Amino acid sequence: MRYLYPIAIILLIISFFASKTKTWQAIRLAWKNFSSILPRFLTMISILAIISLIFPVEKMGDILNAHSNWLGLLLALGIGSIIFVPGFIAYPLAAILLENGVPYYIIAGFSTSLMLVGFASLPVEIAYFGKKAAIMRNISGVVISLLIAIAIGFIYGEF
Amino acid sequence: MKKQNSLLSYLIPAMVFSFSLGAKFSGFELGERLLDNQGQYLKTLLLLLPPVFILIGLFEVWIPRKTIEKHFGSSHGIGAWFWLMLLASTIVGGLYVSLPLAYTLYKKGTRLRLVYGFLGFSTICRIPMTFFEASFLGLKFTLIRYAIALPLVIISALLIERMTGEGKCKM
Repeated sequence: MRYLYPIAIILLIISFFASKTKTWQAIRLAWKNFSSILPRFLTMISILAIISLIFPVEKMGDILNAHSNWLGLLLALGIGSIIFVPGFIAYPLAAILLENGVPYYIIAGFSTSLMLVGFASLPVEIAYFGKKAAIMRNISGVVISLLIAIAIGFIYGEF
Repeated sequence: MKKQNSLLSYLIPAMVFSFSLGAKFSGFELGERLLDNQGQYLKTLLLLLPPVFILIGLFEVWIPRKTIEKHFGSSHGIGAWFWLMLLASTIVGGLYVSLPLAYTLYKKGTRLRLVYGFLGFSTICRIPMTFFEASFLGLKFTLIRYAIALPLVIISALLIERMTGEGKCKM
């Protein structure tokens, strides 16, 4: 994640040598864009803080382990859509769940909806693209995750 | 984008924060945990977002609107999808990083279907995420997911553009 800093700094320096005024303009724009979306990001943080209180990552395993059927898939899609877990935590967890006997299709529903659907980032998405587009994109994310889970289930012979 | 900077827009985060603070000082363990969570997510975002917005600022100043319109505007070719997929695969973090980037592309004249496509691609083909997935769940899993998700993301992008109306979103 940190490699963005050197890239941004190097480009800023190059930009500064090319044009001082344009570089200041870029920095001002960066601040303006950031500060105008900041409240939405803070709202996202509040939502995430509450969600991870209700569904801590450690409990994820128990929930997905409990039902290895359609209900389990729905739970996986629902939880994957609302929680926020970075990939470097989510995929090792998914591998452990697989070892514990959770079927591939439930893992697929969980891990894809985790990435495609962002309930907590909806305030940010709505601010940028409007309610309709944001909700449609997230619903289509749920549908795509469901289709991937079903395909995985068939291909791995779990249905 | 609508103006967000009225004090009212800080209402929800301010309420959640003061609730957690109040709970903590009334001796509830819940307050402590809520504060911890907020601190952690705030740290994640503040570590990642400043360089992202600097890059967006530089992009807005240096890249002429005409260049973007020519390649990603209403008369874009098939290749535009591919280039946006490539760009999306380099994203780190998640939607909270790709959303401001997508909006900048839109402001510079990228057609909405491509913007939604870019958002979708950023959720399915980020390179670090793909490596993690393939090594923990197997390459077969990753390939199946790509094969299904890529066309569906493009279809849904076309659909969302049609349903929301191309010219409707104003800058």
